[in-house]
Amino acid sequence: MEGSLNLVGLGLSAIGPGVGIGLIFAAFISGVARQPEAQSRLQSIAILGFVLAEALFIITVALAFVI
Amino acid sequence: MSLTGIFEAAVLVPASSAEGEGYTPPGPGSFLFPPIFEAGGLGFTKAMGLVVLSAVIVLGFTVLASRKAAVVPGRLQFAGEMVYNFVRNSIARDNIGTEHFMRFVPYLFSLFMFIVVNNYYALIPFLQFPSFSRIGFIVPLALMSWLLYIGVGIWKHGAFGYLKHATVPGGVKGPILLLLIPLEFISNILVRPFTLTLRLFGNMFAGHILLVLFASGGAYLLTSGNALYGVVGVLSFGMGIAVSFLELLVLFLQAYVFTLLSAMYVGEALADEH
Repeated sequence: MEGSLNLVGLGLSAIGPGVGIGLIFAAFISGVARQPEAQSRLQSIAILGFVLAEALFIITVALAFVI
Repeated sequence: MSLTGIFEAAVLVPASSAEGEGYTPPGPGSFLFPPIFEAGGLGFTKAMGLVVLSAVIVLGFTVLASRKAAVVPGRLQFAGEMVYNFVRNSIARDNIGTEHFMRFVPYLFSLFMFIVVNNYYALIPFLQFPSFSRIGFIVPLALMSWLLYIGVGIWKHGAFGYLKHATVPGGVKGPILLLLIPLEFISNILVRPFTLTLRLFGNMFAGHILLVLFASGGAYLLTSGNALYGVVGVLSFGMGIAVSFLELLVLFLQAYVFTLLSAMYVGEALADEH
């Protein structure tokens, strides 16, 4: 077997943001289902949350290849 | 360098993935292209060419779309206005506020167009290289956004006032401030340019690696001579197509998010004390 243990860590680090992004969009969908006219307001908030959760993983991607 | 050499350097795979024994998976080496030509000791690479081309495309598109502006817009004018309206209304106005947002629309619009064009290089046949998967091109953009929102904050609140505005959360009193002020300083002032850069870079980098992996892996499996491997190779190409559709979304989303966050930071710096 060859490869870097970094990539195992990368896979593990995808769990957290994965769960987080799922929760964010679940809340977004149920919010829109309750109040469809609020979609445009909720959308930018949801995408902001998605981006912040994703940042954790993206930083790990960079570190996994750098170190 | 011969003409075919230039073509290979410009379009085809980088030198590090030359054929050898077995399959070499794509890695950071897939992003290192040999220079197309050298000028004064500096190599001119494919990514640099793509960034220059993107400036030409953005300029050409906006000039053509606004040249014959009419009350009843033509097709190109309509497309240009759609992009402009999107940035102006749903990014700038919603996040900066109706009072000051028009000053920042030119910056945000050019930022958005520049990033979108550079990102979509990832899926255009024969180019197929997102130039922003080289981190050096993003750092100046993130620095510009960083200097912009700090400058705006200082313009609005004064240097000390802005520091207080950015680091002291409203409605909090007592010793907890000792903990919160350094945290807010780090997250609001120090980390933001890094996350802006790394988010765009990481997405472009990871997306390109995925596409290269499925394409080159599929080609390797198909040409391996084993029928079972060939089936997996076809599956790999199928996955490559699926990832391309995912990328279609991600490429746009990252440009949107970079612009949105820049606008949000500016809006936050401009906000009155709560």
